[in-house]
Amino acid sequence: MKSKTASVPYGIWVSIFIVVPMILVVIFAFTDKSGNFTLSNIAAVGQYSNVFLRSIWLGAIATAISLLVGYPLAYIISRSGMRAQSVLIMLVMLPMWMNFLLRTYAWMTLLEDNGIINTVIASLGFPKFHMINTAGAVVLGMVYNYIPYMILPLYSVLAKMDHSVIEAAQDLGANQGRVFRKVILPLSMPGVISGITMVFVPAVSTFIISKMLGGGANLLIGDLIDMQFLGSAYNPNLGSAISLVLMVLILICMGIMNQFDDGEERGGGLMI
Amino acid sequence: MKTISKVYTALVFLFLYAPIFVLIIFSFNDSNTMSRSVWSGFSLKWYTRLFEDRMIMEALKNTLIIAVVAAVVATILGTIAAIGINGINNKLARRMMMNLTNLPMVNPEIVTGVSLMLLFVFVAQKMGGLSLGMVSLVLAHITFCLPYVILSVLPKLRQMDSHLYEAAQDLGCNPLRAFFKVVLPEISPGIITGMIMAFTLSIDDFIISYFTSGTTQTLPIYIYSMTRKRISPEINALSTLLFAAVLLLLLIINLRQSREKRLEEGKAVES
Repeated sequence: MKSKTASVPYGIWVSIFIVVPMILVVIFAFTDKSGNFTLSNIAAVGQYSNVFLRSIWLGAIATAISLLVGYPLAYIISRSGMRAQSVLIMLVMLPMWMNFLLRTYAWMTLLEDNGIINTVIASLGFPKFHMINTAGAVVLGMVYNYIPYMILPLYSVLAKMDHSVIEAAQDLGANQGRVFRKVILPLSMPGVISGITMVFVPAVSTFIISKMLGGGANLLIGDLIDMQFLGSAYNPNLGSAISLVLMVLILICMGIMNQFDDGEERGGGLMI
Repeated sequence: MKTISKVYTALVFLFLYAPIFVLIIFSFNDSNTMSRSVWSGFSLKWYTRLFEDRMIMEALKNTLIIAVVAAVVATILGTIAAIGINGINNKLARRMMMNLTNLPMVNPEIVTGVSLMLLFVFVAQKMGGLSLGMVSLVLAHITFCLPYVILSVLPKLRQMDSHLYEAAQDLGCNPLRAFFKVVLPEISPGIITGMIMAFTLSIDDFIISYFTSGTTQTLPIYIYSMTRKRISPEINALSTLLFAAVLLLLLIINLRQSREKRLEEGKAVES
């Protein structure tokens, strides 16, 4: 069944709702309020380099923690029985289907100064611990919301892995640590790469998590964009410039990540 | 599983589920105070208040209308698109189509959101009429749902034996009839999966809706405004109901998939 013409309506839709909006972002980024060409918006993004650095830093920490916590879990799941595997993966996915605002809101309840965790700590006789409105709370929110995106591609790579390769390495005298470093880790690289991109991209560009858990002090790129379009600092030209820089930044990050991927087998199979 | 593995798994799942259980438990809390963490007895009053809350019900209605329209349109358009993309023989053209399809999935959602907002505002300024509201929300939701429909229909089309379609035509079907009688039944599992995904994604979407809604309220947008103002336990009741709905939907999808698998295995045994 070959009918190219069927892709025409979709082509038109994509042009109007994906290509044109992207062109508009570029046009807005390079013009001023009266529509004249200017580079001042792009130049002004430089003022916010601290926000960019903070976003990248917090996003990177969240990604690293997700990898360190998610990898062992993905490995454990991939080594359990078939039925247990599907139940556990279902359990990993389930929270993802609950609105992320509600999940983040739940963490507010837990982390508040008079929240549940502090109530428990106080009842055990320890001093209360200030957690909400800190950078740590923002990282926690990112890890919590995006860790399934790390576990799922890792799991799909680890589950497909040929177990006899591992046994062969053991037969040849490699100890557990060596088997992991020399066999399991290299073979699971496609999953690691796709997990890192799938956590890093939304973590860097988030704006709700920082608002809800970080208070006002931990402004991120997403908050900056939000402020230019719907907030107090209304300036869509600057907002477009920041969006454009964010997009280019993420493309560069993904380009670097893909360098580590030898391209033999793309991704964990979940993105595409 | 070794004990360490079991303990580790349990700890990670505790981390994943603790906030959700806290939300659910406190939806049954009988307290009038602002405090979200003091238990004062079982009550269903937040559920009754929830259904009396006009704003929430209005937002729920909008969300469902948008989700149904967006899912149906995205499914039809996406299925046709998948057939078209499957039919492109030119490698370069095909890759370009796929890259454009993947773009909204790779791009940060906030960028997709603001770019669509620019489009709608720009069109409204130049030509009048269409501004931010229900129409722009539906258009935006169709746009971000389309890739998911296409990506779940395409594999089914590739798996299908293309000779079947030709055989139907040789036996006297016109192309349209051959499509409805032969192709559609073959790819329908992909279409239904795509539609369910589009529906749930649309219901759940906040970021893109936030930038394209204007003053129209959808459920996630209303939840967002609630978390910023004085917070009522109604939001807990609401999240509990949503969680139960999602659980039900996932169970249905899972049952469908396992039935499909059994059917496939059955077919394999027969042949």
